[in-house]
Amino acid sequence: MGIQGYLVVSALLFGIGVFGFMARRNAILMLISIELMFNAVNLSLVAFNAFLPADANAGAVFALMIMAVAAAEVTVGLALVIAIIRTRQTPEVDQYSDLKE
Amino acid sequence: MVGGGLAVVTLRNIIHSAVAMMICFGSLAGMYALLGAPIVAAAQVLIYLGAISVLILFAIMLTQAGDANLPAPFHRQLPIAVVVALAIIGLVGWAVVQTDWGLALEAASGSVEEIAGALFTEYALPFEIISLLLLVAIIGAIYLARRPEEDERAN
Repeated sequence: MGIQGYLVVSALLFGIGVFGFMARRNAILMLISIELMFNAVNLSLVAFNAFLPADANAGAVFALMIMAVAAAEVTVGLALVIAIIRTRQTPEVDQYSDLKE
Repeated sequence: MVGGGLAVVTLRNIIHSAVAMMICFGSLAGMYALLGAPIVAAAQVLIYLGAISVLILFAIMLTQAGDANLPAPFHRQLPIAVVVALAIIGLVGWAVVQTDWGLALEAASGSVEEIAGALFTEYALPFEIISLLLLVAIIGAIYLARRPEEDERAN
């Protein structure tokens, strides 16, 4: 499988993440969809790193850094979601309508 | 793996979604190993399968009110979401297939020593910044997840 196969899989995974982020009502599942999108970008970075001859290791290093940033993001995101759920008693995002006029 | 990803966003029970997410991340680690990046595959298993999945499962357990009445999983943005996701997949897929990459057809592999050397010499500053970012994230998460009652008791 050449680079195109990996990139197509990456695009599919990113599209699935976008769909899940926009369509699901559960706040935790929206976070999981964000993780799917992170992983899609990581896959394309590692694929480019393997097939591009330019800099041998930049893609792998960037992928590792994206993983660290994703860990930080999911930590803060889950803390926020748990705090919101504790005050609202529901994880459904379309019931968070206090700021609506 | 794409099936696992689809299961994540379509399953009704959120715990099943989390397990499908773990399957998807595990097969992604296999793809990294196929691409000749064993250090990224190992980090994927450690960080995503080991840390983030457990964190998400804990959050689900803490917040689930009981699985007797599962609410409808999708909200009314569903048609827009389908259109946007299909548009992204179509555009990116078309661009990928149309482009003549002109690259090597075989995956090259970088050794663990080379990646570690690059990480601590050429990319040392981003590495340190990321450690600071993780520290800030930990402090912020502790502050956000603290219960308000303990706050009042401390005063």
